Amino acid sequence: MAGGSETTTTEYIQHHLQNLTYGKLPDGTWGFAHDAQEAAAMGFMAIHVDTLVWSILLGVVFLLLFRRVAKQANTGTPTRFQSFIEMVIEFIDGAVRETFHGTNRMIAPLALTIFVWVFFMNLMDLIPVDWLPSLAYSAGISHMKVVPTTDVNATMGMAIAVFALMIYYSIKVKGVGGFIKELAGAPFPINGWFGIITIPFNLFLELVGLLAKPISLGLRLFGNLYAGELLFILIALMFTAGSGLMADGLQHLFGGAAPFWFWIIAAVSIGLTLLFNLKDKISNKMTLGLVAIQLMLVGGLALLSGGVMHLGWAIFHILVIVLQAFIFMMLSIVYMQMAHEHH
Amino acid sequence: MNLNLTIISQSLVMMVFVWFCMRFVWPPIMNSIEARRKQIADGLAAGDRAEKALQDAHVEAGVLVKEARDQASEIVDQGSQRRNQIVDQAKQEAVLERERQVASAEAEIQQQTTQAREELRKQVAMLTVSGAEKLIEKEIDPAVHQALLDKLITEI
Repeated sequence: MAGGSETTTTEYIQHHLQNLTYGKLPDGTWGFAHDAQEAAAMGFMAIHVDTLVWSILLGVVFLLLFRRVAKQANTGTPTRFQSFIEMVIEFIDGAVRETFHGTNRMIAPLALTIFVWVFFMNLMDLIPVDWLPSLAYSAGISHMKVVPTTDVNATMGMAIAVFALMIYYSIKVKGVGGFIKELAGAPFPINGWFGIITIPFNLFLELVGLLAKPISLGLRLFGNLYAGELLFILIALMFTAGSGLMADGLQHLFGGAAPFWFWIIAAVSIGLTLLFNLKDKISNKMTLGLVAIQLMLVGGLALLSGGVMHLGWAIFHILVIVLQAFIFMMLSIVYMQMAHEHH
Repeated sequence: MNLNLTIISQSLVMMVFVWFCMRFVWPPIMNSIEARRKQIADGLAAGDRAEKALQDAHVEAGVLVKEARDQASEIVDQGSQRRNQIVDQAKQEAVLERERQVASAEAEIQQQTTQAREELRKQVAMLTVSGAEKLIEKEIDPAVHQALLDKLITEI
């Protein structure tokens, strides 16, 4: 756990939920914020470096993977990787065809980018919460949130991009007049003196509805992933609580904190057990028994239950991250379709 | 949880990614998928055609086999007919040959019988003459009595 043994539970959670923020420090110089107060004080002219770096990195990974297939695209027998990528593409293409009936050639690539990119960003959530932050901490980086979609800036940024495209296509397809008429002419049609009176009411309702779209789009993804991340952090806390319980026993054994080599031996022995199982040297039953005994020896039952909970939530979370990526994509397609529709 | 410049940066980054995807990723992959789909459809159609052709060929082959079988049995029939003919002819020839040989043998026998008889007659005539000589104890001059002897020979 990053931050050393003297951090409290609250500090641990807060540390995990803070981005690496670059902006103007209170003393007037530019640099990284040291805590949440400093980050908040930076105001709008600040940037979450970790969010941007990770999202760009993952986006580049996505584009490279797909570009590789695009470059070797042929009509012969596809490689397994190519088949997989094409399966994803056909899945997206099917979803777009079902929902979007226009001829805009940008919608499908947009949907693909959103789906895979958001999925990759969500996937970072499954990496144990302490790994990358601890690594960054030991490299001298104070804060590191590795899941860009748990940063409201990232999700809202994408939602705003979708919103901008919505407005652009609404005006392109219907014209400025048509777009305004659409906003002013519902739910009460502009018809006679009553229609004229209801225009402000219509505008208010429709504008609220219009603005609610990007906000709900961005906040939905953010909320789901943020909650998931929080739960992983809480489970990780249970881990440390478990090892804390066990640490008392270990302290008696070693006359102090368990030495580093103890953890190395534990990790290597579990790793070897699993490796032997993979090489069919020992049976599955025996492997499970051995791993359970090793885990109990290392961290006690609390750690074991923490591990089981982590695994359970991670498996459930796989569903959540795919589902949220899919929902973000589908809603974007639906909004694009609405922007192209004439009323 | 602070909204800041990240939000705008993220929007811009996303636009760039979408542009890249639209320009360099989606069209080539989609084209290759479509091309392969067409190729597969063509292949399946070709397979159907080939199967139909195979069926046709089977039917044709059946007809051909039947024709060949008919022809073969016809040839066999002709052959057996021909054999019968040849056998008949051979039989006839054999009969003729046998008759001819029998006839020639008979002729030879006849000839030899005649010869033997002729010889016998001559010897009988000689015997007769020598008998008569003994009886009359006088030499009979065959040349003088040739006419008599000849008459005797014919009488025997």
